[in-house]
This record gives sequence, C-alpha cells and structure tokens, in this order.
Amino acid sequence: MHTPPFDIAAVRRDFPILQLPIERPVAFLDSASSSQKPEAVIAAQAAFYRTTNANVHRGVYQLSEQATYEFERARGRVAFFINANSAREVIFTRNTTEAINLVAQSWGGSNLHPGDVILLSQMEHHSNIVPWQLLAQRTGASLRAIPIDSAGRLVLDDIDTLLQGVKLVAITHQSNVLGTINPVQYLATKAHAVGALILVDGAQSVPHMPTDVQALGIDFLAFSGHKMLAPTGVGVLWGRKALLDAMPPFLGGGSMIKTVTIEVSTYADVPARFEAGTPMIGEAIALGHAIDYLEAIGMANVAAYEESLGHYLLDQLAEVSGVTVYGPPIGPDRAAMASFTVDCAHPHDVAQVLDSEGVAVRAGHHCTQPLHAALDIPSTARASCYLYNTTQDIDRLVAGLRKVTTLFA
Amino acid sequence: MSDMYRDLILEHHRYPHNYGTLDPHDVSQEEHNPLCGDRIRLDLRIADGKIAAVAFSGKGCAVSQAAASMLTDELIGMDLDAARAYSKDDVLELIGLPLDKNPVRLKCALLSLKAMKVGLYRYLGQQLDTDELD
Repeated sequence: MHTPPFDIAAVRRDFPILQLPIERPVAFLDSASSSQKPEAVIAAQAAFYRTTNANVHRGVYQLSEQATYEFERARGRVAFFINANSAREVIFTRNTTEAINLVAQSWGGSNLHPGDVILLSQMEHHSNIVPWQLLAQRTGASLRAIPIDSAGRLVLDDIDTLLQGVKLVAITHQSNVLGTINPVQYLATKAHAVGALILVDGAQSVPHMPTDVQALGIDFLAFSGHKMLAPTGVGVLWGRKALLDAMPPFLGGGSMIKTVTIEVSTYADVPARFEAGTPMIGEAIALGHAIDYLEAIGMANVAAYEESLGHYLLDQLAEVSGVTVYGPPIGPDRAAMASFTVDCAHPHDVAQVLDSEGVAVRAGHHCTQPLHAALDIPSTARASCYLYNTTQDIDRLVAGLRKVTTLFA
Repeated sequence: MSDMYRDLILEHHRYPHNYGTLDPHDVSQEEHNPLCGDRIRLDLRIADGKIAAVAFSGKGCAVSQAAASMLTDELIGMDLDAARAYSKDDVLELIGLPLDKNPVRLKCALLSLKAMKVGLYRYLGQQLDTDELD
C-alpha cells in the first residue's frame, strides 16, 4: 500500500542532504516549511553561474542571449506545469508572499473602494492576511473570514451571505497547519457568481498535487519555488492575462518600462511590467529544472504516494497516547501532514527531543495565529511529508514521540 | 538534548518556583514570544531598593518555564541595581544551557528576563536597550 509508484530509493539518492550523517540520517518532516533540493536542481543553478551567467533581456552578446533563453524557458515550464494559457501569464516573484502583495497593491489598489469586502478564511497563513489588511487600511475596504469547523474544514453553509459585498476571495488551496484541501473550484464558481475574483494561495498545494488553473477556474495563483524542490528566492504569481494587462505596476525600476523621461514613464507589457530590476535568474532557471524533476515522476504519482504516506502518518499518530492531531481525518481533502500537540509537553520541547532523535519537525504557530486562536492553542508541532519521505521516517517520528512522553510524563 | 532536558530543567518545569501572581505589586510585566505565542507575566514587589517578592505566570516550553523558575529564585532579595544589570549571560549561566548556537530556543530562555527588565526599567523611569534580549 505504501509502495510509491516510482523508485523511492532512487529519489532519495537524488537528494544530497538526505545522505548526510547528522549523527544518523535526518528524517526530514518539515517540507511544508521548505523542501529539500535534488542534485539536478542544485547542479542547474550552479551550472548557470558557471557557464551562462549574464543579465537577462539586456545584452545582445551570446551569454546574455542564452541566460534570457533559459530564464524564459523556465517561465514556459511553469506555465505548462499549472496549465496556464500562456507563459505571459507567469510572473516571477521572490515567493508566495510577494506574489500576494503584488496583487494586493496593484489590482487591489486600483479596484477596491470603501465598503468593498475581501473574503479570507480562518485558516490563512499570515501572508494571505496581512497584505489584505494593509490594502483595507489604504482603501477603506474590510476583511471577512470564512469560519472553520471542529474538523478543520471551511464552513460553507452560509457562503452566499459571506460573499455579500465581496470583490475578492483570497483563500489557501491547502492549509499549512490542518492539511485541509479546500474546494477551490467551488469557491471560484461562487465568487464569480457575485462578480468577485478569486486568488488562491497555492504554496502548499502546487508542490504536492497536479495543478490546472483553467480547470480550477481561478483568477490568481501564488506559490513558492522553495517548497517544490527549487531554491529560495523564486516564486510565482499566475494571473489571467486580461486581468494582468489592466493592472498598474507593482515596483518601479528597470525592465518594467517602455520609455522613461524625467517626468513620466510608459510601462512594459506583462509579465515584464511586474518584474522590476534584475530578477532571480539562476533561481528561476533552477525552478524550471525542479519542475522537470517533478514532471518526470508525475504529479499524480507524487499525490498518490503522499496520500498513502498521509494515511500512515495519521494512523501511527493515533496510536501514541497523549497526542492530539488537528485537521480533517484522512481522505481526499487531507494532505500528508499533521499538526499536533502532546499532552505533557510543549511543542518546542517536542521538536527539540525529536531533533535529538534525528527527526526534523516544526514547532510554533506556523504563521497562522488566527487559526491557532480558533483552535484555542498557542502552538503546535507539525510533521509534513514530501515525495522523498518513507514510512520509516514516520516510524522514527513515532518512536521519538514515545521518548517525549516518557521524558515529560 | 541530554543537556537541554537534564533533571534540573525538568524539575523546575514540573514544579516551578514562585509561580503565580502578586497582589499588590509594584511591577507587572507581560512579554510574549512571537515565534510560538508563549506568554510570561512577571510581578515584582519592591521595598528598600530591593526585590522583596517575585512571581511569574503563563504557559510555555520547559526551557522558558524552568528559566523563569530559576530566575525568580535568584531575584528574591536582589538589589535593584543588580537586577537592572542582570544579563543574558547571567541567565544562561544560571540555567546552564549552551544556547549560543540555538537562537530560537535562546528566546525561550530569555523571555522571563525580558519581562523583568522591561518592567523594572519602566518602574525606575529609565530607558532599556532591549537589543540584547531580542
């Protein structure tokens, strides 16, 4: 049942960090925070600096032409990966956070007015809350949150009421704490029915499942490279072309202009309009290679394997007395991660003891203070899986948790 | 880890000294750790230029709770000048944990010290440079 539909041993060998003897090999269960990188991605980034390094969209010399070619190839790979209509709909940002801020400042700044509502949910990451608060303060719009039930699912019974006056729905596809996979397609239909747009925070979903922005029927998608095998420093905003075309610039500077005088400038077409300054060239190219790596395995295979790992994770955690797991039971709307508390020990202490056993988990509020307030707990420990994890990693987590309960009982 | 959870830390975590609140008090200061949401409240009663009584409350990890427990033991009867000068290194020596390369847990260990110093400086009408405590 937990046999992956790909060669897991070969995959694990592709990740140098999983071979390191950190006393014993690390059971890395914090991919929801940032994933590990395969050799192919590390090598692609290094190869850029060794053989191709030059600025993009500037020189007519060969190195710059080749750098531009590879940078734009990466954009095309991203477009293909999420089934965008065109590579022109793909904007490189630093990360998910910057992608959301781009929409908030550019689209939001010119489309929201006093009395308008931005609809979020109780389970959002701070990066999908704070940019909208800043926007609301600037425009006189207000925020509203879809509540969650005790299983950690959105409560959508009153969605029609919640959508009154809404101009934008900004919602996570997959909770970074609960592991809940939200019905984005349904929410897109609902949002459009009242004339609202929908932005999806795909930071946790895009790395783990097939993503088709056209089938989802959404308007904006934000995600990060570093959670999907690519380096830090590169993320993506995808948006419908017609929306992006109508949006004013985000940051001003080089690359994003057509003409500049001291008094006034005209702006480049998308995506260049939203990519001021020298971009993260090597990182974007490496993201393209990360996508190559994931495509070679197949996102459906990644999702199928993670579903079985998630099943095993929740089953095993249920066997440890004193452990409370948050989020929905395993099923089609539950990702392979578990945020949990241990009766006798604080999440920091849990994570510290696990670390001494070579098990890496995250402890804290995971940038979701409103969610933790709703759960009425200050913090949790979180174990999250990716394609390179095995049931042995989870066994080591469980053995570590038994040490925790022995030490603190 | 063996160092982190040696018996003394676990003992103070299980049975914290000076746990509770003081009423009346001269100083009451709450500090929280934005990384994990933990909170500690520290109350002081001051008499004759000394800390006459001290109590702490709040929830947190073993390191933050044990550090608060040990720090409050240390503070009872201390001159205000000495309390004012009490440093991060003093706390680390007191609790005996090597947290120099552990910036995240360091914040846990220093939470009660920060509450004490922020509260005491305010009581004295003095300006505290919190850089060393962040």
